[in-house]
Amino acid sequence: MATTTLYEFANPVRFERIAARVFPVALAAAGLLGAVGLYFALFNSPADYQQGDTVRIMYVHVPAAWMAMFCYSAMAVSSTAGFIWKHPLADVAAKETAPIGAAFTFLALFTGSLWGKPMWGAWWAWDARLTSVLILFFLYLGYMALWRAVPDKTRAAKLAAILAIVGFVNIPIIKFSVDWWNSLHQPASVLRAGGPSIHPDMLTPLFLMIGAYVFAYVALLLASMRNELTARRLARMENAGVHAPASVVER
Amino acid sequence: MSPKKQQRLILFGGIFLAAAAAVALTLFALRGSITYFYTPSELAALGETPSSPIRLGGLVADGSVAYAKAETGDVVSFTIEDGGSDVRVHFAGLLPDLFREGQGVVVQGRMTGARVMTADNVLAKHDENYMPKEVADALKEQGVWKEDETGS
Repeated sequence: MATTTLYEFANPVRFERIAARVFPVALAAAGLLGAVGLYFALFNSPADYQQGDTVRIMYVHVPAAWMAMFCYSAMAVSSTAGFIWKHPLADVAAKETAPIGAAFTFLALFTGSLWGKPMWGAWWAWDARLTSVLILFFLYLGYMALWRAVPDKTRAAKLAAILAIVGFVNIPIIKFSVDWWNSLHQPASVLRAGGPSIHPDMLTPLFLMIGAYVFAYVALLLASMRNELTARRLARMENAGVHAPASVVER
Repeated sequence: MSPKKQQRLILFGGIFLAAAAAVALTLFALRGSITYFYTPSELAALGETPSSPIRLGGLVADGSVAYAKAETGDVVSFTIEDGGSDVRVHFAGLLPDLFREGQGVVVQGRMTGARVMTADNVLAKHDENYMPKEVADALKEQGVWKEDETGS
């Protein structure tokens, strides 16, 4: 118990100091990379030989799909650290990653649908890739609901961590769904044996956009973790019966 | 590592492995239903003509596309092949933009004969290669073009 208290006070304070510095940098990097990336994606990259200008949806869709899987993996790793080593910041990181990951997953599904109609001829298909990503979206929602359903935060963290690690089984399924089963979705273009099958002129905007998404995730995560830590500190003070303004401005 | 942490590590790892094993077994058992389409070869290997609607995927054979006027509307017919077997497809409806000879397609419908299908939906597949048109043309000109490779 003594170590838990120490963690809760020592680590979040140091985190707060680092987060306050990293947050504006990450936000600026996301904005800059996003602006340059979108310029390349929309105006300064070639149309595809097969898909024409429709291929530009890729620059929004592919980074979103990657972040959907990356965020879930980050959530699973943080959950593991929280469950086994009882690190309170790890639990907070996992909890606050979920809505961001859910948003990326929604963006991937939505833009994929917009892309599927003109290219495949269908908004949606129950193929293995699309279905497994839809399951990922529901896993995020279930994870968020579980946190809200259990009032005791320590217990909620434990249960949510178990859900996160069970759902992690889905991540390799998403990645390899296009190789294991016949699917409407095409196989991997970038992370594959033999190197990317995307022309370098198209890889530039893709990587710029991926950078923008990663920094956006970092900025959003830091901001919401700080909010959560502040909310918890406030709740603790209220529980302790502290209401005097002088105590509220302790930091 | 303290015994308590070790215990939690084993518990957590065990939960993950159990879930992974359960999912792997389920997916293996359901592999026939998870696949989005069968290929003409897989259909031929089945040895019988399925009576329920199925999806078939293959390449549109070169020179196989034919249009015909019918009372119910225009019908397009084409052959899809996968190198091992082929199926003749009849379809009355809108084709996707990417539909053309040599393109991968997924057709959905009922088998009306051993190797004949009446489709009620045609979807186009595209491959994992992305390149500007000029590059694709240059590759074709140099004769290094392969359907399943960038060549770049």
